[in-house]
Order: sequence, then C-alpha cells, then structure tokens
Amino acid sequence: MKVWPIFKKEMRLYFTSPVAYVVLFIFLLVMGYFFSQIFYYYSLASMQSMMNPGMARELNVTESVMRPLFTNIAIILLLSLMPLVTMRLFAEERQTGTIELLLTYPVRDGAVLVGKYLAALALYALLLALTLVYPGMLAFFATPEWGPILTGYLGLFLMGAAFLAVGLLASSLTTNQIVAAVVTFGILLLFWVIGWSAENVGGTMGRVLAHLSILDHFDSFSKGVLDTKDIVYYVNFTVVALFLTLRSLESRRWKG
Amino acid sequence: MIEVQDLTKHYGPVTAIRDVSFSVAPGEVVGFLGPNGAGKSTTMRILSCFMPASSGSARVAGFDVFRQSMEVRRRIGYLPENVPLYADMRVAPYLDFVAEVKGVGRSERRRRVAEVMERCLISDVQNRLIGKLSKGYRQRVGLAQAIVNDPDVLILDEPTIGLDPRQITEIRSLIKSLAGEHTVILSTHILPEVSMVCGGVIIINKGSVVAQGPIATLVEQFFPTARVQVEIAGPAPAVRDGVRRLPGVVAVQELGVQDGRGTFLVESARDRDVRGDIFQLAAQQKWELRELRRVGMTLEEVFIRIVAGEETEAPAPAGEEARA
Repeated sequence: MKVWPIFKKEMRLYFTSPVAYVVLFIFLLVMGYFFSQIFYYYSLASMQSMMNPGMARELNVTESVMRPLFTNIAIILLLSLMPLVTMRLFAEERQTGTIELLLTYPVRDGAVLVGKYLAALALYALLLALTLVYPGMLAFFATPEWGPILTGYLGLFLMGAAFLAVGLLASSLTTNQIVAAVVTFGILLLFWVIGWSAENVGGTMGRVLAHLSILDHFDSFSKGVLDTKDIVYYVNFTVVALFLTLRSLESRRWKG
Repeated sequence: MIEVQDLTKHYGPVTAIRDVSFSVAPGEVVGFLGPNGAGKSTTMRILSCFMPASSGSARVAGFDVFRQSMEVRRRIGYLPENVPLYADMRVAPYLDFVAEVKGVGRSERRRRVAEVMERCLISDVQNRLIGKLSKGYRQRVGLAQAIVNDPDVLILDEPTIGLDPRQITEIRSLIKSLAGEHTVILSTHILPEVSMVCGGVIIINKGSVVAQGPIATLVEQFFPTARVQVEIAGPAPAVRDGVRRLPGVVAVQELGVQDGRGTFLVESARDRDVRGDIFQLAAQQKWELRELRRVGMTLEEVFIRIVAGEETEAPAPAGEEARA
C-alpha cells in the first residue's frame, strides 16, 4: 500500500496553500475568546461563592470550564470547520483533473483514500493538540481532574474522525468544493439534531433516533465516562462513510 | 507493445469509439490523429487505465489494462490533455511525489528526479510553485512526471497544445529524443508535428480507425501518383496538351495563367520521373521554362482526403480556387 506518499502530498498541499494556516488561526482565535469568557464567568462565580459558601459545593473547574469548552470545540471546530478541511480532498482533484493522473499511477484507490483521510485526520489532531494550551492554563490556576479531560479529548478525536469521513464522502461525490462543504455540513447537522426528536417519538423508534445522534454519544465522553457503545458508534460511522467513499471512487470503473 | 482489439466505449447513449483496433511496436513513435471529438482522448484514457472500455480489449506491455491494471500502470507514463498538475506544489517535491508513488526507490529517487528535470529543461524552476509557471514550463513538468519512472510506454494526449512556436519545437525535440527507448503514442491535431516526430500514424474519425501505417505508405495509398509543378511561359492550351501527351503523365491541371506564363500541376505514375521529358519538350518548343519542381504529398493532404472524403465524395483540388 502506498499510503505514505499520498499522505505526505496532502499534508504538503495543506501547508503550502493557506488552508491549514487560516483554519488554525481562525479556530484558535475563536477558541481563545470562548475560553477567556468561560474562564471569566467561572472566576466570577468562584468570587461569589466566597460570600456564599453554599455555592462552593457546586463549583467544579473541570465541569464548568472544560465541559462547555469541549462542547464549543465540537460545534465550531467540527460542525463548521471540518467540512472546509475535507471539501478539497477529492472535489478539487476532480475539478482540476489531477485525479486522472493520480488514479493512473500504480496505487490502489484504497491507498489514495486512506492517505487523504489520514492527512485530514493529522491536521485535525494538530488542531486538537493546540487546544491543550487551555487545560494547561487551567492547571496553572486550579487543579482540574485529568480523567474527564482525557476522555473528552478522546471523544472529540473520535467524533472528528467520523466527521472527516463524511466530508471525504461528500467530496468524492462532486467536482465542486462548495457543494462538498454544504453537503457535509447538512449531513452532520442532521445527525447532530436527530436526537432532539427522540423524546417526542418515544418507544423503539425514539431509542433508534437517540442512538443515531452524534451529540448524545459525545455526552458521556465529556462527563468522563468511557462506554464501548459510544466508541463503537463513532468507529462504525467512520468506517461506513469511508467504505461508501471507496465505492464512489470505484464507480468510475463501472459507470457507463 | 500496445495491442488494441475491437475497443468500444459508450458514454450513456453516446458512442465515443467503436471497434477500434491497432497495434504499436516497441520503440515506435506513433501519432494518433483525428479531428476534435473523434475519440482520441477516450482511447488514451482507456489505455492509461483511467477508465474501462465498454467492450473489447487493450494490452499494454503485454498486460490487460482492465484485469492487470497495476502491472500496466507501473509501465506507463501518461500526460492527459490539459496537463493537470497540483498548482500549490513546487516542481521538485511534486516530481519526488510522483516518483515515490510510481515506486522509484528512495535511494534512486533524488538522482532520477534531477535527471528528468535536466532532460525536460525545468531545473531552473524546481523551487517554483507549479501554479505560477508559464504554460510551456507546466507542459514540460507534465512530461517530466510521465517519464520519471522510465516507463516502457508513453501516452501523451496533445502534448504541444497551447504552446508558442518555440516551445512547440522544444517539446517536439524532447519527444523525439524519447523515441527508441520508449514506445510513444501521442495524439494531436497538428499534422506537420506528426510528420516531424512520428514514424507511423493512426487516423481516427468519428470513433473509428480509418487509416493506419507508416506515413509514406499512407501517402502512397491515398495519392498513387507523383506530382510535379511546372511554370512555363508559352501558349497555355498548347503547353497543356503537349505535357499531357508525354509518356507516363496521367493528368495535367492548370493552376493559373498570368502574363502568358502558365503554372501546371502534372500528375504521373509514381515510378516515373517526368521532369526530364518536360524540360526536353519545353526546349524543343522554345518555351521558357521558369520552374520545375516535385510536389511532395503531405500528411495534411492525406488527412483531409480521408476525413473529408468520408463526408463528401471528393475534396476540391487545391487549384480550383486559384483559377476562380
């Protein structure tokens, strides 16, 4: 499998074009704002709890700072930035025709797919790694619990992996990058909100809907709970999307 | 090296090529000609394993393009029509990537990339972004990526399209230098290019092969006569009749008469040189012989005769307009 050269090429393209830098910069800018606001409110609350000792029992730095931060990362990073990271992977190659060269090199479609996916995943991992600066700052002023932070990061990583796979699938279906981004965003948003109707529907159908929801599965991670059911959900999601992408790539071989 | 048998490709209801068959011997440089939309690119895409044919078979370097696609891909270098390259990559890293994907070993790679950059005259732009290069340079980078793994077969789709005359000459001499060690099939609709670069041609029109073989053979096949152009100052009707009666002359065509000088196109049997006879005749009759030269048949004329001949019965002779 020639995954490595494809991976290197994609990373090079992310970093020779402005894509990676813009994504990193905007993301850190927005996250910095969120972190400072959340931290500010938490320090206000802890100030007030000095007057009111009853409130102090409710105070938990991990629960009140990191958990909302994780949710914000999930919404901003995953829902709105991930489609922009994946949209070019196949759509651009199809638009410019470079796919014609790439797919006539002695490399299997699967290797191209995995190489591209891993490159997107690596960029995402880099983004996540940069946010470690926030718990780092937190640890300077307070003593957060590292357990829930670690599971939270694991949850974010798995969720992002699933999102990237969906983005890759959408990118392989079109020659237009904007279409790819919009389709990705739409699919992810639907899976995000699908759980909301679960309560109203109720019964087996409700449980199915709740299980499909991307958000519900993340909840336990951010609370510090590791459940195989949630891990399996994200892994399944990723594998199915990648499998469909491979089929979509191969479709040129049998389409009329 | 390349064997194509009854290749057919449908795009939905449209048939792009129908029962195309030809073969190319090792080391040969073959021109693949045809008007726009004749099916050149489709055939090349099938040969390069980008897409499969609807029916028929194609073998490159002894391997089937569909069933043994990986083996074929290891042995070809392909340059698609619009030279798709990654605009955001620099030349040297791009070629290094292509070499790696094509399986050139790590130790060889650096040397190999330097070699093809040297050969394609792109060493001076190796650190530039491909997107910022001129069309001529991009074309050469495209050619460099095709030959970086030293493939047995080169498939070049319109390698000189959109270049200025100097660049065209450079690319041509580069392709010429590849002949012998590589088998080359190149498509084009610039005909003089084929006569300059290729040994043989395959002419395709409306999805079917209409002629193939060495250029000289094709010319003979479609133009069985030799042609001589003469300019003689003398009474035009008498000159025409006199020349027509010479042994071996098949036809005499009047190209134009001006100030008592007539220009004629004389067709004769291929094995007979009538120039001497024409000279003798002119001397005898005391006509002033101004010009006497052989007219070579160009591939262009063959091409037009074949392609146009499929639509109308006979193409108008070139002299017709001059007379009007």
